[in-house]
Amino acid sequence: MPFRRMAFSRQLFIVINSIVLASLFVLGLLPFIHLLSVSLSSNIAALSNQVKLWPVGFTFEAYRFLGQKPEFLDSLVVSLQRVVLGTAINMALVVMAAYPLSKEVERFRLRTLYVWFFAVTMFLGGGLIPTYIVVKETGIMDSIWALILPGALSVWHMVMLLNFFRSVPKDLEEAAIVDGAGQLKILARIYLPISLPAIATILLFTLVGHWNSWFDGILYMNSPSHYPLQSYLYTLVTKINIEAISTEDLGALNRLSEKTLRSAQIFLGALPIMVVYPFLQRYFIKGITVGSVKE
Amino acid sequence: MNRTSKRMLRLKEELPFHLLLLPGVVFIAIYHYGPLAGLAMAFQKFQPIAGFFHSKWVGMKNFEYIFNLPDFSQVFWNTLEIAVLKIVFGLAVPLLLALLLNEATKSWFVRSVQTSVFLPFFLSWTILGGVLFELFSFKGPINALFAWLGVDPVLFMGDAGWFRAILVGSDVWKGMGYNMIIFLASIAGINQNLYEAAQVDGAGRWKQAIHVTLPGMAPMIILISTLSIGGILNAGFEQVLVLYNPTVYSSADVIDTFVYRLGLFDQQYSPAAAIGLFKSVISLFLVSLSYYLAYRFSKYRIF
Repeated sequence: MPFRRMAFSRQLFIVINSIVLASLFVLGLLPFIHLLSVSLSSNIAALSNQVKLWPVGFTFEAYRFLGQKPEFLDSLVVSLQRVVLGTAINMALVVMAAYPLSKEVERFRLRTLYVWFFAVTMFLGGGLIPTYIVVKETGIMDSIWALILPGALSVWHMVMLLNFFRSVPKDLEEAAIVDGAGQLKILARIYLPISLPAIATILLFTLVGHWNSWFDGILYMNSPSHYPLQSYLYTLVTKINIEAISTEDLGALNRLSEKTLRSAQIFLGALPIMVVYPFLQRYFIKGITVGSVKE
Repeated sequence: MNRTSKRMLRLKEELPFHLLLLPGVVFIAIYHYGPLAGLAMAFQKFQPIAGFFHSKWVGMKNFEYIFNLPDFSQVFWNTLEIAVLKIVFGLAVPLLLALLLNEATKSWFVRSVQTSVFLPFFLSWTILGGVLFELFSFKGPINALFAWLGVDPVLFMGDAGWFRAILVGSDVWKGMGYNMIIFLASIAGINQNLYEAAQVDGAGRWKQAIHVTLPGMAPMIILISTLSIGGILNAGFEQVLVLYNPTVYSSADVIDTFVYRLGLFDQQYSPAAAIGLFKSVISLFLVSLSYYLAYRFSKYRIF
C-alpha cells in the first residue's frame, strides 16, 4: 500500500520507527568514528578532549609513529602467524574429524564411541587452572603453539560440518566407490566441493576467532614480545582503565601524549574486521541461522 | 569367505576413518581430557614441582577453605545477578529490534541497520573495552553530554552501580546483533497465510504483531532462553577482565575472574581448581537440564 493512502496512525508509526532505527544505525557507528577521529587528531586536541566526531588538527603522526613501534609490529607479526597457522590446522582437523563421523554406523562401527568422546567435551571442561597446568606440562608455554594446539579442533565446528556432510546425496559416493575411488578421494573430490558454503562459513569464524583471541596470549606467553596483537592491546587498554577511574589528569604529560597513539592502535586492531565484515556478513548470517535454526 | 577374512576386509575399509580421526582425538585427549583428569588437583595440595602425581592428597580441605573465603559468596551472587540481567536484556532488546526491523520495508535500510547492530559482535573485548573507556572516562564524551544536560560528571568506571549497568549494557550491545538475526529468521519462517487470515478477520498491523508474529516466534524465544540457563554461571569472563578494576569488585567480580586471580596471581592452584570444579558440577547439571528442556519443548538436538 502506498504511504499516502495509509491510515494516519500507520504513517506515524512508520516515521517514528524509521527514525528510531536510523538513530540506532548512527549510534552504533559513532564510537568507532570517534576513535578514528582521535587517532587522526593532534595530541593537544586529543588531550583537551576537543575531538568529537571529526579530527581536530588533522595529522597522520600517530600512524607514522606506529610504523616504527617495535611492540606493535612484533605483536602484529605474531597475530598474522597465529591466524595463518592456526586457521590451517583448525580447518584440516575439522574436515578430517567431521568426515568419518558423518558416516552411518553400518559403515563405521565405532562411530558412536567417537561421537561420545567428542560430545562430552561440549558439556564438561577442566576449567582455567587445570588447563593452564596441562599446557605448562606439555612444554608449549611461551610459544605460538600454546595459542593453537589447545583449541586445535573445535568440536562445535565439527558438528556443524558433519551435519552438512550428512546432507550430501549418498548415490554420489556409491558411484565413486564403484569406480574404485578411496575414502580420501571421495572426501576431496565429492564432499569438499559440495560443502564449500559450510566450509567458508567455518573458515570465517575460525579466522575471526584467531584474530580476536587475547586471553590465551596473556595466560600462556611469558614475555610481552610474544603477545599477539589483541593481547598487546589488552595491556594498552588496562592502562587506559587506570586513567578512566581517576578524576585527575594523571600527571605526566608524556604519558598522556600517548592518547592518539592508543586510539590508532585500537582502531588498527579493529580495522581488518571492519573492512571485510560487510562483505562476509551474509556468510555469518547463514552460518548462524543454519547452526541454530534446525527443524 | 570365512569370518576372519571378512573382518580383515571390514578393518581395511574402516582404517582410513580411524586415521582421519586420530589427530583430533589426540589433541582433544590431551587438552580437554587432560585438564578434566587434572581436576583431581582440587583434592590435592598441588605443587607445580611435584606435579599431578606426587602432590599430597588433602580430601575436602580445599572446599572447606574456599567456602569460608569472605569474598566467595559475594562473587557467587555477583555472577548470578550479572548473568541473569544479561540474559533478560540480551533477549528483550534484540526481540524488540527484530520486531521493529520487521516493519521496515526498504531492504537497503534493513541491511544497513543490521550491519551497524551486528558489528560489535565481531570485535574483541579488548577493542570494545578501549572504546568504552574512552567514551565513559571522566572527561569523555558521555560526561560532556551530561554536562550539556546539566548533570554532574560521573566516574562511570569507578562506581559500583554504574559499572554493573555498563557491564550489562555493553554485553547487550555486543550480542544483540546475533540474537536479532536469529529472531528475524524465525519471523521469516512464519506462515504467510496466518497474516492473510488475520487481515480477513480485520486485524491491523499491531494486532498482527501481537497475535501472529509473537506466537510464531515463541518456540525460538523459549529455545534461546532454555539454552541460556546452562551459561548462568558464566557472566562473561573476558568482558569483566577487560573492564573491571579493584574499586568495583563489590559489584563486578565474578567466579571466573576470582579463580583467575586466586589461581594465577596468588598461585593457590588447588583452591582455584576447587572453585572451578564446584562451578563445573553446577554448570553440568544446568546444561543437561537446559538441553533436556530444549529437547522437550522444541525438539532441539545438537546432532
